[in-house]
Amino acid sequence: MPDKPKIAMYWCASCGGCEESVVDLAEDILFVLDNVDIIFWPVALDFKKSDVEKYKDVEIVASLINGAIRSTEQEEMVRLLRKKSKVIIAYGACAQLGGIPALANEFQKEEILRYVYEEAPSAVNPDKKRPQAQFKDDDRETELPELWDTVRTLEQVIDVDYYLPGCPPSSKLLKEAVLVLLSGILPSKGTVLAPDLALCEECPRKDTKPTDLSFTEFKRPNMHNIDPEKCILSQGFICIGPATRSGCGAMCIEGNMPCTGCYGPTSRVKDQGAKILSSITSNISGKTEKEIDAILEGIPDPVGTFYRYGMAGSLLRKKVDF
Amino acid sequence: MSKTTGNTRTGFYICHCGTNIAGTVDVEKVVDYVSKLPNVVVAKHYKYMCSDPGQEMIQKDIRDQNLNRLVVAACSPFLHERTFRNVASQAGLNQFFFQMVNTREQNAWVHLDALASTEKAIDLARSAIFRVAFHKPLEQKKVPIHPGVLVVGGGIAGIHASLTLANAGKKVFLVEREPTIGGHMAMFDKTFPTLDCAACILTPKMSSVKNHPNITMWTYSEIESVDGYVGNFKVNVKKKPRYIIEDLCVGCLDCIDACVYKEPRFFDEFNQGLSKRKPVYIPFPQATPQLVVIDPETCIDFKSNKCKKTCVDVCERKAIDLNQQPEHKEIEVGTIIVATGFKPFDASGVPYYGYGVYPNVYTALEVERLINASGPTSGEVVMRDGSRPEKIAIIHCVGSRDKNTNLWCSRVCCLYSLKLAHLLKEHTHADIYNFYIDIRTPGKMMEEFYYRMAEEGTKFIRGRVADIYPDLTDEVHRRLIVKAEDTLISEIIKVPVDMVVLSTGLEPRADANDVRRMFNITCSTEGFFIERHPKLAPVNTFTDGIFLAGCCQGPKDIPDTVAQAGAAAAEALALIDSGFIELEPNTAFVVEVDCSGCKSCVPLCPYSAISYQEDKKKAYINEALCKGCGTCVASCPSGSIKQNLFEDEEIYSEIDGILNYTNIYEVSECC
Repeated sequence: MPDKPKIAMYWCASCGGCEESVVDLAEDILFVLDNVDIIFWPVALDFKKSDVEKYKDVEIVASLINGAIRSTEQEEMVRLLRKKSKVIIAYGACAQLGGIPALANEFQKEEILRYVYEEAPSAVNPDKKRPQAQFKDDDRETELPELWDTVRTLEQVIDVDYYLPGCPPSSKLLKEAVLVLLSGILPSKGTVLAPDLALCEECPRKDTKPTDLSFTEFKRPNMHNIDPEKCILSQGFICIGPATRSGCGAMCIEGNMPCTGCYGPTSRVKDQGAKILSSITSNISGKTEKEIDAILEGIPDPVGTFYRYGMAGSLLRKKVDF
Repeated sequence: MSKTTGNTRTGFYICHCGTNIAGTVDVEKVVDYVSKLPNVVVAKHYKYMCSDPGQEMIQKDIRDQNLNRLVVAACSPFLHERTFRNVASQAGLNQFFFQMVNTREQNAWVHLDALASTEKAIDLARSAIFRVAFHKPLEQKKVPIHPGVLVVGGGIAGIHASLTLANAGKKVFLVEREPTIGGHMAMFDKTFPTLDCAACILTPKMSSVKNHPNITMWTYSEIESVDGYVGNFKVNVKKKPRYIIEDLCVGCLDCIDACVYKEPRFFDEFNQGLSKRKPVYIPFPQATPQLVVIDPETCIDFKSNKCKKTCVDVCERKAIDLNQQPEHKEIEVGTIIVATGFKPFDASGVPYYGYGVYPNVYTALEVERLINASGPTSGEVVMRDGSRPEKIAIIHCVGSRDKNTNLWCSRVCCLYSLKLAHLLKEHTHADIYNFYIDIRTPGKMMEEFYYRMAEEGTKFIRGRVADIYPDLTDEVHRRLIVKAEDTLISEIIKVPVDMVVLSTGLEPRADANDVRRMFNITCSTEGFFIERHPKLAPVNTFTDGIFLAGCCQGPKDIPDTVAQAGAAAAEALALIDSGFIELEPNTAFVVEVDCSGCKSCVPLCPYSAISYQEDKKKAYINEALCKGCGTCVASCPSGSIKQNLFEDEEIYSEIDGILNYTNIYEVSECC
């Protein structure tokens, strides 16, 4: 079937959930496979880099790349795919905004390596060996990928055409994206292939949200029960829904868990974390610094809470040590 | 810049402001640089851009060169933003296609390094040029002005402003904290330099205020809150309980005589404590309104509830109501005049002058009461120890011109010291010594007044007093020694006197900061309220519709206070009679299709302008209530609220412009 459009899928700094979401298409995957040729998908099919190199430039119709970019190898692969593909889709929160891996931007590379290879309770490394880019054993010389100091989003490394948000993107969004690609009528470059309204729009508990939240404390879902009927934010649990793009079908809310913001901001917002931080903290009931501090103690990890998926793509991007 | 629609044609103009800007900023270099920026069609510099020829030059360029954006780098927008907006609109351009760059107050005036200042001017200009490309045409909304005026403070400033406005047919609410209007002037005996009696010129005005059909006078009342904006202020006033039903009291004062305290025992505020009053009292015989007031702090009934209430019994009109509660009034006014006055410097703040330690050390205000015919001694200068002074020292600049107390000159002390010298001499025939740093007598007939005092035999000693202490060697007179250096003869002198008068300076009121916050006006570090412009807008504040009069703005004498009060009234009248005001269109609005109805913005609005539409499940901002503070814009978690003149792309392009640093000496090579 040489005439079917060629699709590539690749993963970078990611957990594998995005790959899983493709399988979540269930029987719809048969429809996809009827219509496209998957020519590169390391997690599922045994193709090599050299197979990709053989294609002519822009011969691949679309490459769906998930994961953040934080190593020389990832950079090399995404540059290759960019060259060979007509369309690059940043697939999932990590490729779009940095995702969970980008929380590493709170630290320096040296801190991370020192912890992982020396200080972690599970580390047994008396010689304090560290990964090296070059390795020589007798006459064999090997080159290994090098870790960057900064975790980057895909668009900070290569030109990206579209974005599929989510951790992972819902199979519904993926199906719609494939249909769009097959239709040949492409949206304008840079489009995020999801609705541009915040999650509250499709939240089943929208009507239970009061107009005045006036937080007196913040609670964490691991320590308190969540009332399954009422707006989760109104119960004092941080819900990033008001600052998060809809399109997931409010899955977490349906599962009685607050939104953690994986669909990223709407197109109108540059920094999701700053927006929700500003919105939630403006609604704190405390008036004096002491009262406010006491309430804020309920958010022990503000960066991990408000920038859980968006660190690399935010205005903050990376903690800098001076 | 690529995101702007259409063909952007920007004109850039930098003003020399004589040498104010051009003396520091190399305006030619700025023009040279800016002319090479994208979208810039014209770039010019001119000596006075705000002058007629300057304005005409811009308008001609707008027409001839088809400009659709205008950037002017000149002074503060406070001064000339309106001027250049008008220039744009008169040339047929929407006035909001204009951006002003402050390159005087925020640049030329605050930098010495000409090169850095020029670079800064370039950065600011580039920032404005980037930004203005994203400007949108906007319309100003007109809102009618409420014709009522609130005057805060019933001293001579508030009285004069109220009468001026009321005579012009405007409804005035005069709110005074004390039980009577009149302020400090009512305490004075005579006024310099004419020596006419303060009461004779003030009390008729006080009575006019009370009787004027257009003035609602609320004494013993305070402002609780001020909401709204120019033309439409909502003010809450609290009328403190006098425990007298105002409509029934006729001021017969029988209740004072009937009080269970046969003799007055309590500190009399009006007489500076030189006499005593009863718990039920009237501040002074000519008090306006002529109403008694009961002081709950000293009245037995309030303390123990065991009083015989003879005052209640004696009042035939049943005007005494000991259960009276505070009354709260809400009024609507269009303009406000703040005339809250001053506080005399507390003389005990200069301990070596012995005020409060030696009974014969007086403040000037005490002496005003002492020599006043209606004062505690009926004008006889009898001191606290019962004696009459034969030698009196008047010490200038107490709490003025002194880095240990207040740095400023209080402006009136020299002249009132001269006046007191004359009056004391007239009353006592004593020898008067004036200890001064400099005699400052500017103004009409003031220097002449000084000469007259000198001719009357008052002695002037040029020197700041260092110490005042009792003369232990003279048991008979028990005089005070005033020690100072006479700087004209370079000698330390010691003058034994019977009485010392401390000419205390003028200070802001202790609660000036609260007042400032309530009216949203500004005050200097010392606490006097700041006028919008020291020369060109001396009675305006930075908050439109709020004006200043009298000493709350800075120390001044009665003529200046009255002149300023008249000016404040005239400014208020000009605003009221224009009928309406044009609101800045910098309001926020919800982009309805983008709003997810999360309601986060609703409680944040300080003006309650945001509501949640249950039918649409979207937020809505009432444009008439929005003041453009931007709180909702910043906090809208989905970025669905925008603000005119501060849309994201306008702000981001402005930041881009600032950060797009170019070394000015490399420009010619790269372009």
